Amino acid sequence: MNIFDILKGTEGDSDYCKKGVIVQGITGAYGSLHTKNMMSYGTNIVAGVTPSKGGQIFEGIPIHNTVQEAVDATGANISIVFVPAKFFKNAAIEALNAGIKLLVAIPEHVPVRDTMEVIRLAKEKGVTVIGPNTPGVMIPEIIKIGIMPHMPFKSGNVAVISKSGTLLYEISDALSAANFGQCITIGIGGDPINGTRLVDAFDMVKDLPSLEGLVIVGEIGGDSEELLAQRIMELNFTKPTVAYIAGRAAPKGKRMGHAGAIVMGTYGSAESKVNMFNKANVPVAKRPTEVPVLLAGKMKEFV
Amino acid sequence: MRLLEFQAKELFAEYGIRVPSGHASTDISTARQDAKSLGYPFIIKFQAPVGGRGKAGGIQLCSTTDEFEIKYPQILDMTIKGERARAILLEKAANIKKELYLSLFLNRSKRCYTVIASAEGGVEIESVKDQIIREVGMGDITDDVASEIAKDMGLEGDVISQFVDTLSRLSQLAVEKEVELAEINPLAILDDGSLVALDGKMITDDNSNFRHPELQKYREESEVEERAEKSGFSLVIMDGDIAVIGNGAGLVMSTLDMLSDSGGKAACFLDVGGGATTESVYEALTLISKIDGITGILVNLYGGIVKTTTVASAFLLAYENKLIDLPVFARLKGAESDKAQVMLADSKTQLFDSVEDAIQTAVTEAKSR
Repeated sequence: MNIFDILKGTEGDSDYCKKGVIVQGITGAYGSLHTKNMMSYGTNIVAGVTPSKGGQIFEGIPIHNTVQEAVDATGANISIVFVPAKFFKNAAIEALNAGIKLLVAIPEHVPVRDTMEVIRLAKEKGVTVIGPNTPGVMIPEIIKIGIMPHMPFKSGNVAVISKSGTLLYEISDALSAANFGQCITIGIGGDPINGTRLVDAFDMVKDLPSLEGLVIVGEIGGDSEELLAQRIMELNFTKPTVAYIAGRAAPKGKRMGHAGAIVMGTYGSAESKVNMFNKANVPVAKRPTEVPVLLAGKMKEFV
Repeated sequence: MRLLEFQAKELFAEYGIRVPSGHASTDISTARQDAKSLGYPFIIKFQAPVGGRGKAGGIQLCSTTDEFEIKYPQILDMTIKGERARAILLEKAANIKKELYLSLFLNRSKRCYTVIASAEGGVEIESVKDQIIREVGMGDITDDVASEIAKDMGLEGDVISQFVDTLSRLSQLAVEKEVELAEINPLAILDDGSLVALDGKMITDDNSNFRHPELQKYREESEVEERAEKSGFSLVIMDGDIAVIGNGAGLVMSTLDMLSDSGGKAACFLDVGGGATTESVYEALTLISKIDGITGILVNLYGGIVKTTTVASAFLLAYENKLIDLPVFARLKGAESDKAQVMLADSKTQLFDSVEDAIQTAVTEAKSR
C-alpha cells in the first residue's frame, strides 16, 4: 500500500488527512508524553493499548487491552509502538495480526532476531514497518507519527529519509530555513536491520509527482547507502538529490551510539558510501548546513 | 560483544566443534603450568579483538622452555593496532594439510543470515577466493543445505560429513547465542584428516544481552563505559583531547567529523540519548571528569525533546560542585535556548549559535594551550 494513502487517505474520504492512529504503550512515560505531543501537532490519536488498563481514558483517548479491540473499535490501521525493547516483538506481532498496515516502531535496543521475525511476518501480511529505533514518519503540517520535535519541519516538496533521528531534525531545520519544506520525512532507524531500508524509503517517495528534491541522511555501518546509490543509477533517477553521511572520523570497529553504526574492515565505511553516491551523481555534504546549499545547486541544474 | 579467539573457541567446544587443546592465561606463572600440561611444541597467541595478529608477530611457535620464558612476556607486552593483549592463548600446534574458510553472519541488506564458505581459507575474508555464498533465513541450516555447500566448495570424501557436522553445530551456536558473526578461519583439514577450528571470531548482538546471562563473563568494559551504559548513554573513548557530547548518535558522529575537519582531536564520543534531563547531563559530565587528558568539552545539542535550560543548569551545577573546571564550547539549539544563554553568561561555558563556531573556538583554544 502506498505510504501517502496510509498516512493521508484520498481526497473526499471523511478522514482525509485525519487518519486514526493507535498508540501501543500509551500509559508509559515515553508513550504518554509523545501521545500528547502528537495530539497537539494535530495527529488523530484514536485509541491506546495497555494490557490490563482497558476501559480507562488517557487525555480523552480510550485505552484497550489489546490491539485487536482498538482496531475493532476504531477501524484504524496505523499503530505506533512505545513498549520497552524486550516486549517489542510480541507487541508488534499482536499489531500485525490485528490488521495494522503501518507499524512505527520507536523502541531502541530491540534484539536483531526479534526484528527479523517481525519483518518476516510483516512481509507475509503486506505491512509496512518503520524502525525499530526510529524517530518516526511525518508529513509536515498534516500528520506526525513519532517522537520528533515539530519546530524543524515545514510543509513543502522535498523528501528527507534518514538513519539518524537528531540529524533528521538538524538537516530538516536547515532545509526549512532555506525554504525547502518537506513533503515527507522518514526516519528508518539506526539498527542493523530495518523494517524499511533506505532503498524502500526511496521507493516510497520516488514517484511522487510533486517531488522537487530528495535528501538522504546516512551514516557508517552496513551498505544500505551503497544499495540506494545503485538503485538511483539503475532507475536513472534524475530529480535533485543530495546526501549527507555521518561518521567519517569514527574509529573502526567501534559501535557509534547506534547498534548499526559500525565499520568492520572496509564494510560500512563512509568512504565507500561517499564514493557510491558520487558515482550516482549525488553530491555529499560535508556538514549538515551544507545540505540546502548543495540542494539549491542541484535544483538549478535540474531546471 | 566481540569475543576473543579463546572465548569463541570455548563456545565452539561447548557446541562440539573441534578445536586444538589450549589454555588462556594472563600471567606467566599460570602459563608455566599450562605449558607443562600441553607439552612442547605449542603456539603462543596474542588475544585481542584485532585482525592481523600473525603479521604483527603476535602468534609464534614455541619449542622449548627457554623460548617460552622469552616469548611469553614479549607477546603479553605487545600492542597490535592500538590493542593491548587481553590474554595469551597457548595452543597445541597442528599439522595442517589444507585451510578452509567458514562464516555465518547477519546479512544486513538481505535481512537474513548468510553463510560464506571457501576451500581457500587462512587469509582475510576480503582476499578469500571462490566464495560460496548462501542465504539461510534465520540461521537454521539443514544437513542438505550444508552438504550442498560442501560440494560447491569442492570438498571430497570424509571431509564432507565433518564439514556438514561443523556447519550445523555452528548454525545452532549462532541461533542460540544470537550472533551477528561467527567465523572459523582457518577451518583446517589436518594431516590425520580431521577438521579443526584453528581460529575463531564471534560477535554477539548487544541488544540480546538480557537473554544471555551465560555470556556476560565475556563482557569487557572499563568502569567508565559500564557506568555510561547504566545511564543509557553511548560512550566511545578516543585518543584526542576534546570531549564531544551531544544527543543522538548521528548528531554526535557529525560533530566528530566536523571537529576532525577543523584539525581538532576528539577525546570521546558521548551520546546522552534523546531524553536528556539535568541529572543525565550531570552524569555525562561526571563521566567526562573521569577520562584522562581532556582539555575542553564540545557540546552539540539539538533540543526539542531536551530543553536547553535543562542542560545549562547541569553545567552550572557541575561547576558549583567542582566536578569540572574545563572550558565548555556549547551549541544548544532548541526550546528555551535564549534563557539558557542568560543562565550561563558568567560561567566558563561559551555558547555559540552554530556548531561550526563552537568547534572553531574549541580547536583554537586547544592549540593555544
